[in-house]
Formats: sequence, structure tokens, C-alpha cells
Amino acid sequence: MQRNGPIALAFHSLVVVFMLAPMVVVCLVAFTPENTLAMPWNGLSLRWFEAVFQHADFMSSFGNSVRLALLSATISTVFAVPAALAITRYEFRGRDALNALFLSPLIIPHLVLGVAFLRLFSLMGMGGSFAWLVATHAIVVTPYTLRLILASLTSMDRNAENAARTLGAAEWTVFRRITMPLMLPGISGGWLLAFINSFDELTMSIFVTSPSTVTLPVRMYMYASESIDPMMAAVSTLMIALATVTMIILDRLFGLDRLLVGKG
Amino acid sequence: MSAATSAIKPRLLAPLALSGPTTLLFIGLVLLPLLLTVILSFNSYDYTAGIQSDFTFANYLTVLQDEYYLSTFWRTLRLALLTTVITVLIGVPEAYVLSNMRKPWRSIFLLVIIGPLLVSVVVRTFGWSMLLGKNGFVNSALAIVGLDPVQLLYTETAIVIGLVHIMLPFMVIPVWTVLQKLDPTVEAAALTLGASRFTALRRIVFPQAALGILSGSLIVFALSASSFAIPGLLGGRRLKMAATLVYDEFLIELNWPLGATIAIIVLVANLVIMLAYNRLIERQAKRKLG
Repeated sequence: MQRNGPIALAFHSLVVVFMLAPMVVVCLVAFTPENTLAMPWNGLSLRWFEAVFQHADFMSSFGNSVRLALLSATISTVFAVPAALAITRYEFRGRDALNALFLSPLIIPHLVLGVAFLRLFSLMGMGGSFAWLVATHAIVVTPYTLRLILASLTSMDRNAENAARTLGAAEWTVFRRITMPLMLPGISGGWLLAFINSFDELTMSIFVTSPSTVTLPVRMYMYASESIDPMMAAVSTLMIALATVTMIILDRLFGLDRLLVGKG
Repeated sequence: MSAATSAIKPRLLAPLALSGPTTLLFIGLVLLPLLLTVILSFNSYDYTAGIQSDFTFANYLTVLQDEYYLSTFWRTLRLALLTTVITVLIGVPEAYVLSNMRKPWRSIFLLVIIGPLLVSVVVRTFGWSMLLGKNGFVNSALAIVGLDPVQLLYTETAIVIGLVHIMLPFMVIPVWTVLQKLDPTVEAAALTLGASRFTALRRIVFPQAALGILSGSLIVFALSASSFAIPGLLGGRRLKMAATLVYDEFLIELNWPLGATIAIIVLVANLVIMLAYNRLIERQAKRKLG
């Protein structure tokens, strides 16, 4: 391992400033007492945070997004666990194709998925309901749950299962007492990644939400493209705070590098 | 590997039962909608009568001949390529610097670089629109130094800056993963044998990191070419990219068949580039294994 020279460290500092600058600016401007996007040079104020909590649309969108992320992450996990078991525990024809199909939402641009869902729902005459929005999000986040569950299944020691079987445990008992507990880190990590991805999803959602099911990212996108006032900065600051808390929890529980870099 | 389980359960029934529900879900909600979109792209559109259920290549001809659509595709391609090149130039050295850091700093700065992935793209893009705006912080800084303000927001420069910011983690992650697996003693050996720092980088580190750089550029290019929020918020009404074009056709012009055509072109281009890249990566991997 080499030590970093002064040029390397200067370069590194610039990259860090570049990565943090937009978020730092958002957080500072959120505390402005002015009516415009200005730095809070003349004292701090919480008035724009107050405005967010009194803004009915933002609050209902926040509720929508939380419910949507909870439901879609859970549904996706329920589907991904048996699928992962089938893929790792059995040899069957079409296994690779199935794996590719389940991971395909990573390769298909969300833009294309959004358009495709919009077409499907309009043909079925069922656009705009919350249940369908949950279904689309469950599809989009399944690669995240599936990948982490697959990783936990392939890395686990199969001897534990075989030992239980030799000792006379029934298949269901083996699953419940051995396989399931060993899968749990993969399941919870996958669920969390799914939750985050659903909560932040914009490009597909903008096609499939209706006025009553608008999610927070869609609401923020529309708000930001029409008017720019410090309330947007306040909402953004709240989102950054939420992401920071999530990041610390994820890092303590799983190690963020392992979870995002994908060795988990 | 599955000898024990398959001896107990029928070979086919169990995996079918386990993966069946998910397979049905994905056929119904991925393959079927995609097929419907492909069909839609061959339908014609009438501004008074709506979508016709006929079969025509007119949409594809329109998109591939019209100056407006062609220039948007060209811009999408150009900006996505430029973003990929810049993320390589910034992300690869940064991953190398990170991997050379000592214990606590390494994980702290890795968090700083990849942590923004957890912050919504809308939030980060909004941050850039404040930095780059007419009275934004970049222009204020220029004014303090005594320079004239520059138009940054709603330019291609703004789009590329935003894209690079969003995409950098996707480059750092795969390169970092590859560098983690490198044997640091090989680089040290090269240096001991009298190689300059630059030669050691060029001959030892870079070739081994090539696989990570390739897969990183693949992700960055694909995500940039289909990104929506950044051209939407930083490109303004005039500078369209493929995704904002599709959005306009679907939700403003209401010409769904034309929108579907552009979406299908984006999808096909994406898949073609992925396959080409995959073959390249496989060839590289084979050569490495000898």
C-alpha cells in the first residue's frame, strides 16, 4: 500500500467538496429567514420548516411514499425469498433465464418501465390506484432484495443444513431453524435497500402516480420545476437528515460499503 | 450442490412452486407491459381520434428523420459519453486514493463518496440548480473575484456537472472493489525494482483495475443516457434529453405512440451497448485468466 502524496490529497479534497457542496448549500439555505434562496447571513429561522409541515400536499406525499416503500419492500421480499431458494437450491432448465428476468428491472431504464406500466394500466382501465403503484414499485425493487438474499444463500455453510437433516429434522424444521436464520441478514439488508430505492424512485413513478397517490420525489420534482422558494430547501434538508440517519443505521448494522458495494 | 434436497423432493415440482409466483408477477408486470409498449410504438396517432390500432413504421421514420428528435438523441449520446469520460477521470484516481488511505479515514471517506446514493436525486439536483443559478453561489463567488457572471443553469455544462455528481459513486464502487482484491506487494515490488510511481500505476495498477473501470463506465453510461431528473431540472425547457422527450410526448403532447417509439429506441440502444460491453468484459476476463 502506497501513501497518498500531497497532490493526491488535494485532488481528494476537491472531490469531497464536489460531492458535498450541493447538499451543504441546501441545508444552509433551508434556515434562511428571507423569501428567496439566500444564505442565512442575517440570522437563522425555522419558518420554512414550519411551512413544510403546514403544507398539506407535501405531508400527504410523504405519507404516500412511506406507505409505498414499506409495502413494496415487504411484498418484494415475500416474492424474492422463495425465488432465491429455487435459484440457489435446485438445478432446473431455464434457471439462468429466470434469474435474468428477476434482475431485469436493473437493466431496463426506469423511464421505459414507467411508460410500459402506463400503457398496461390504461389498457386495463385501472390507472391511478395506490395498489398498482405498490405493484410497480415491488417489481422495481425486487433485484435489490433478490441479490442480497441470493448472496446470503450462496455464502452460507450447507453443512449446517445437512447436519440437521442427518439428525432427523424434517425439511420444514431445517428451513425454519437453520436456513431462515442464516438468510436473515440478507433479507433485512435487501428489505432496507428496497425501501430506500422505492422511497427515492422518481423516473418511473412520475408516469404511474395520479394526483391522489403522488409520492414525495414526484411532488418535489414538480415543485422544483415550477417555483423555487426556500421551502424546497427545507424539504430537501429533511430528506438529507433522514438519509443520514438511515446511512448511520445501515453502516452500524451491515457496513455501508458491504451493502452498497455488494459483497454482502 | 443440491443433491441432498433433490433426493428428497421431486426435481421439478419444488423449484416451480417456489419461483412460480415471482415468475408470473414478472411476466405480467415486466414482459407483458414491454410487449404492449412495442406494439404501441407501431400504432399511429391522430390528434383528434387518438391512438389507432393499425401497424405502421411512421413513428420510427419520424423520430429518425426529424431534426428535433435526432438532435435530442445526439445530445443524449454526447452528454452521456462526456459524463462517462469525466467520471472515469475523477472516479478512478479517487478510488485509488481511497484504497491507499489508512484505517479510519478510508471508511469515513468511502461513506462520503457513496453515501449520497441514499439522498434522493431530486434533492441533489435541486442543490446544483441553486449553486449554478443566475444569482447562485458560483456566480456570487465569481463576482467577489471581480469576474462577470456566466450562464450555467439550463446549459449542457450544468447537465454534465449534475450527471457527474450523481454517477461518481457508480464508478468509484466497482473500481474500489477491484483495487481491494489487488495484492499491494506487486506494486511495491515494481517500485523497489526501480519503476517510477507513474510506471507502476500504468503497468501494474491500471491493467488490473480495467475490469472495474469497464463495468463502472457501462453503468454510468446507461444511467446517464436515460436520466430524467437532471436534464429536467438543470436543462430547463429547451435542452431535452431522451427521457425528458419521452415525458413530454406522453404527458404533454399526449402522443403516446411517438413517446413509446423513443422509449423503445432507448431500451434497444441500452441493451445493445450492454451486450457489446459484456462481451468485451468477458474477453478481458479470459485474457487475464490466460
